[in-house]
Amino acid sequence: MGLLNRLNDPIGLDGIIFGTVEDLLNWGRSKSDWYLQFGLACCAIEFMAVNASHFDMMRYGCIPRSSPRQADFVIISGTVTLKMADRLKRVYEQMAEPKYVIAMGSCANSGGPYWEHGYHVLKGVDRILPVDVYVPGCPPRPEALQEGLILLQKKIRMEEIFRKRKRLAEEDLANQMNYK
Amino acid sequence: MSEKKYIDIEFSQLDSERMRLFMGPQHPSTHGVLQLEVELDGEIVTDLIPHIGYLHRCFEKHAENMTYPQIIPYIDRLDYISSMNNELPYVMGLEKMLDIQVSEKVEYIRVIFSELNRIANHQIAIATFGLDSGAFTPFLYYFRDREMILTIFEKASGGRLLYNYFWVGGLAADVHPTFKEDITEAIRIIRDTNAEILNLLLKNKIFIDRTANVGILPADIAISYGVTGPILRASGIPLDLRKAEPYSIYERFDFDIPVGNGEVGTVGDCWDRNIVRFREMEESCKIIEQALKTFPSQGDVRENVPKRIRLPKGEIYCKAENPKGELGFYIISDGKDKPERVKVRAPSFVNLSALPEMSRGYMFADLVMILGSVDIVLGEVDR
Amino acid sequence: MKPNEIFKELKVHFGEEITELVENPSSDTYISVKPEKIDEICRFLRDNDAFKFDFLTLLSGLDLKEKLGIVYHLYSMELKHRLVLKTEVPKDSPNLPSLVRVWRTADWHEREAFDMFGINFQGHHNLIRILCPYDWEGYPLRKDYKEPEEYHGNRVPY
Repeated sequence: MGLLNRLNDPIGLDGIIFGTVEDLLNWGRSKSDWYLQFGLACCAIEFMAVNASHFDMMRYGCIPRSSPRQADFVIISGTVTLKMADRLKRVYEQMAEPKYVIAMGSCANSGGPYWEHGYHVLKGVDRILPVDVYVPGCPPRPEALQEGLILLQKKIRMEEIFRKRKRLAEEDLANQMNYK
Repeated sequence: MSEKKYIDIEFSQLDSERMRLFMGPQHPSTHGVLQLEVELDGEIVTDLIPHIGYLHRCFEKHAENMTYPQIIPYIDRLDYISSMNNELPYVMGLEKMLDIQVSEKVEYIRVIFSELNRIANHQIAIATFGLDSGAFTPFLYYFRDREMILTIFEKASGGRLLYNYFWVGGLAADVHPTFKEDITEAIRIIRDTNAEILNLLLKNKIFIDRTANVGILPADIAISYGVTGPILRASGIPLDLRKAEPYSIYERFDFDIPVGNGEVGTVGDCWDRNIVRFREMEESCKIIEQALKTFPSQGDVRENVPKRIRLPKGEIYCKAENPKGELGFYIISDGKDKPERVKVRAPSFVNLSALPEMSRGYMFADLVMILGSVDIVLGEVDR
Repeated sequence: MKPNEIFKELKVHFGEEITELVENPSSDTYISVKPEKIDEICRFLRDNDAFKFDFLTLLSGLDLKEKLGIVYHLYSMELKHRLVLKTEVPKDSPNLPSLVRVWRTADWHEREAFDMFGINFQGHHNLIRILCPYDWEGYPLRKDYKEPEEYHGNRVPY
């Protein structure tokens, strides 16, 4: 609503807002992040509860997609087993850049209650994927997941696009020089 | 313009190639991480191989390394939709071996909470089944109502989904003061919504067309596959452990066992399985109402909780009627404070093994319906 | 029917195959049998009108240090009675007949017992791993199992 307030601003800017393209792009990206509909274990039930009427995740602009190719971020909701790890990696690789990962629940964070004798449990999804937001809890409350979501949106809004590209290009060049 | 050619095709001589299609483990309608290898002849399912184990969390290995009370949280995570029901057979088995008599109040709370959780489970089952068949509204309605049940559980135990509430010899905590009013209100709303869903979903022409005569499981095959729960009852066999071998205080209550009778199709089809679940919710409401009438409000729920649990040498198979079927724990003790072996008889695991039998010969689109009607929870299938 | 009556009846039909009836006040009563003819015993229990055990509730593998055990929990839908059969096989040659042709539910249960304990059910049409990945090594629920250091490039211990 801040935008509309500024439009009614008595200073009289005639609806002109000053900002950078980066801000605009990030604002747009953060407010319509589509997620991959992908449940793993117990946390998926809480994840479903967040989707459903009581908590209503869509008001954050999050729309479930069944295909990883259309998704912006994935919520790893539950225990990742070693049998699943390869598949999960593959699903993640199918997602288009930029992509984000929320690790929901203790199991996805660190193996959770299965850390000690779980011979078939991957102890933390960050061993195979880069995780952006960790949501603790076993399972996390829906409110916790929502906070994780807001944190992710915040992260997306703070992201550098052009400067980062320039910097990365410079770094790449430097690396290449080093190789030579 | 070229001349139109007429080609005579003798269809019986056409040779079609079978196709193998992999469905899952990342698929929205496999209800978790299940992989189905489907062999298709055109669109007809000729064979089906479920590949499970994507959520194998080594429960039985953990159970061997934990003390008896420590196992209860892991049991919650087996069938994570109906945690209260999961805990019941385990604590009953241990109480039987330790010869502990729990108080009247504990028994009442256990029965009430088990039945409430059964309602919550069936709500999810029918809601997700509706999602699979393309109906989104029941999902929203049922999840709205389910929050009320979860709130009651949360007030009593502190957990929304996984409770660790039934302890050996008692309960983790007493129920909250407004327990009775909350449940009465919840049941009223559950009944209201159910009346709506019956017309909205289950009596809907589209829904009936998609589910009637689909995925028929005859009674003799169901028994041979060891299927239990609503699926067995939908096939026309009124086996319910609450009636067949009453445990806890179930013999005091008056309730019926709904069975499938092929109202709109054949006995044992997808529609029957759903209507059995739907009617069971009403039976559960009846049990809760009767239990609330004679609920003893006095008493300490933790008076019989032993300080240290050390089972005598021996073994026990304890079972209870879970929303999904017969959940059993086979506990072997060698006299230490940790069990020698805990084996779970997971109803979803056994019910899923009958899926190839149910789905052979049906269309590929029906496979999603058949899988949805089995109502599996992968945490329990893979343990 | 009580387990001791079933035991007497089985003893008449199978003699030496049926080892003993173990009764313990604090636990379930079970009948110990030899593994070689377990399929015939089970088929007899299923088809005989006095027992009618048409339902295999549970099949579990056990690690008994020197031997491996297999426990069958049977139930009769019609007569509403239960029975526990227990048998043992040596660890170095864990072979016994499969029950898939008696109860179809034994299919997945036996695969699980094979997966977890390495019990070889002879006559099973598809005895492969079920819970662990198909290329997994070792039998996890054996007491002497050591979890692997690495699987497909992922470290397994915490």
